[in-house]
Amino acid sequence: MLAESDKVFRNLHGQADWQLAGAQSRGVWQNTAALLAQGREEIISKVKDSGLRGRGGAGFPTGLKWSFMPKEEGEFPHYLVINADESEPGSCKDREILRNDPHLLLEGCLIAGFAMGAHKAYIYIRGEYWLPLQRLEEAIAEARTAGLLGDNAAGSGFAFDIEVTRGAGAYICGEETALLESMEGKKGMPRLKPPFPAGVGLWGCPTTVNNVETIAVVPTILRRGSDWWSNLGRPKNTGTKIYSISGAVETPCNVEEELGIPLRDLIEQHAGGVIGGWDELQAVVPGGSSMPLLPKHICDDLLMDFDTLASHQSGLGTAAVIVMDKKTDLIEAVGRFAHFYMHESCGQCTPCREGCGWMYRIMKRFSAGQGRAEDLDLLWQVSRQVEGHTICAFGDAAAWPIQGLMRHFRPLLESRIVQAESVTKSPTGEGGAPASVEAIASASSAATPATPEAVLKD
Amino acid sequence: MTTAPIVKTSSWSPPHKAGNAEAQEAFHFSEENRAKLNQAIARYPEGRAASAVLWALYLAQDQNGGWLSEAAIVHVAEVLAMAPIRVQEVARFYTMLNTENKGRWRVQVCRTTPCWLRGSDKITAACLKAAGVSHLGEVSADGAVSVEEVECLGGCCNAPVMQINDREYYEDLSPEQAGEIVRDLRQDKLPTHSGSQTGRIASEPVGDKP
Repeated sequence: MLAESDKVFRNLHGQADWQLAGAQSRGVWQNTAALLAQGREEIISKVKDSGLRGRGGAGFPTGLKWSFMPKEEGEFPHYLVINADESEPGSCKDREILRNDPHLLLEGCLIAGFAMGAHKAYIYIRGEYWLPLQRLEEAIAEARTAGLLGDNAAGSGFAFDIEVTRGAGAYICGEETALLESMEGKKGMPRLKPPFPAGVGLWGCPTTVNNVETIAVVPTILRRGSDWWSNLGRPKNTGTKIYSISGAVETPCNVEEELGIPLRDLIEQHAGGVIGGWDELQAVVPGGSSMPLLPKHICDDLLMDFDTLASHQSGLGTAAVIVMDKKTDLIEAVGRFAHFYMHESCGQCTPCREGCGWMYRIMKRFSAGQGRAEDLDLLWQVSRQVEGHTICAFGDAAAWPIQGLMRHFRPLLESRIVQAESVTKSPTGEGGAPASVEAIASASSAATPATPEAVLKD
Repeated sequence: MTTAPIVKTSSWSPPHKAGNAEAQEAFHFSEENRAKLNQAIARYPEGRAASAVLWALYLAQDQNGGWLSEAAIVHVAEVLAMAPIRVQEVARFYTMLNTENKGRWRVQVCRTTPCWLRGSDKITAACLKAAGVSHLGEVSADGAVSVEEVECLGGCCNAPVMQINDREYYEDLSPEQAGEIVRDLRQDKLPTHSGSQTGRIASEPVGDKP
C-alpha cells in the first residue's frame, strides 16, 4: 500500500481546508520561485527523467509533450490549456482535485507554463462541475491576491495568469482539439492533425493541453526529485495514480495508489471488496468506459498499469475501475456505454456518427433477448469499421468496449439470440433462451421503470 | 447530456412555431448579466469575444428561466459580433444548453453504467413519480419540474447522482431521497444540502472518516 508520506494528494477526500492556507500547510506554493529558478530545460528534463505519463487516458510521456513547444516565443504567444473536461464514464478523479485541492493544480500550471514559455493558462472545466468551478475561481482569486499569479508570479519574475473557461456538457470536448475548438466559441468538433496543437493550437498559437492530474503532480515531482517518482510504480509506469473505483463494490471511492498495484488489492484494500466477495466478480472495466472489459480470470492477478493492461488488449485509460458482479447484466452494462457514445458522437465523421447508433441498436436487441443470428458478425463488423476510421479517437473508444464484450463474453451474446425454431416449437414460448438469461432479463426489467425504455425506442 | 433530445432532434422546431408566446418577446441582458459577460470576454485576448459564447449562453439561459429562446440567441450573437447561426449551432450542440423550455427545475439523473450499476433506474422512476409526469423530458403541469436522464455526470464513486439545473449535484441517493427532492422542488424549495446524501464529505470510502 502506498505510504502516506508518498501521497501527492493529501486532501483528496476533502477532509481538510481546500483553500490557500490549507494548501500551503500541505507544502503547496512553498518556495515555488526556487523550482522555476532551475530553468526551463532543467524542469523539462526532470519531468522526462521521472517517467511521468499523461493521466488523461493516453499515457503519453509528459516531458516529451512539453518539449514539442517552440523553444522561443515567436510572433504568437504560447498557451497552456488544462483539460478538466472529465467525462469518461467511471472517472471522477479530477473533480476531487478541483474541489479539494485546487492549489495543487494552480501551482502545477505555473511550473508547466514556465517550462513551455506560456504566460497564460486556461482551465477548461466541464460544465456540470459547478462546485469545482466555484472553488477553482476562488482559488485563482486567492492566488492572485497573494501574488502567486500575476506579473511576478510567486516572486519568480515570470508573468503568469490563469483563467477558467466553462464547458457545457459535451464529452467530445475532452478530446484536445475539440476542446480548443470549443474554447474558440465553436461546436466541439475535433480537428484534423497535423498540425498538432504544439504548432497550431488555441487561436492558431502554440498550445499544450494537459490533464488536471498530470499537472497537479508536477510540483511534487520537482520538490522530491525524479528518482522518488520513478521508484514508485513499475518500470515505464512510474509514480502514483488516482484510481476511481465504482460499481459493485462495498465502498466505492477515489484513492491514490502506486501504478502497478494488483487490481484485487486495489478493490479489496480500498473499496471494501466486491459485493458478496471476490468470487462474485464477473468483469471489470479497468480504465473508464472506452477500455475493453476484462473477465474475472484475467482480473485475478492483474496489475494496474499502462503496459500490463495494454498487453491484455485493454488499457489503463483514466484508471476508472468499474466493477461488475455476477448479478450484472453485462450486455445492458455495455449497451449503456454504446448509448453514451451514440449520444456523445459529435457527428463530424460518418463512420462514428452512424456506426455508434448502429452499435447501440444491435446491443439493445441483445439486451432485450431479441438478437438475430447475423447480429454477432454485424456488430463486430460495424465496430471494426468505426475503429480507426475517424478523425479522433472517439471512434475507437466507442468500438472497444463492444469488442471487449465480444472477445470475452461471446457465449453471453449468443444466448440472447432469438432461436426462431425453438420459439415456434415451444407452446409456452420458453424455448427461446436458456433459463439463466430469463433470470437476468426479469431482474433487469424489475429494476427498469417502464417509461425511459419507451422513450428510447428507436 | 440529455437522453430525450436524441429522438426528438428531428422534430425540433423553433420555439415560436411550437406556439410558445414567450419566444417572441425581445431579449436583452440585464445590466448585471451584461457586466458579468464583459468580465468573461475579458478573460480572452482582444478580438476573441466569441470564446465567451458559452458564458454568454449560460447567462442568457439563466435570465430567461432556464432555456434559450431564439431572441436570446440572436441577442448573444449581436453582443459577441457572431453570426446568429454560429450561436444557434453552439446552443444546439451542447447538452447543458436548452433550446426548449424544460421548466424552472430540471432534474437530470445520470443513466450511464456506473450509476446504473448502483440503481439509477430506481432514482429515475422515483423522480418521474414525484414530478407527476409520465415520461422523460415532460414538464410538470405547473411548469415547475422536468426529469431527464443524462449521460455520465462524473460522480461515479458517489453513484447514483443527479444534478439540478446547471448547478449542484445530489449524490449517494436513495429513491426516497430523490423523490423528496423533486417534491420539494415543485414547491420551489431547494434541498438543504447538496453533495452526498449519506454524509460523505467527498468520495472517500464509507467508514473512512478522518
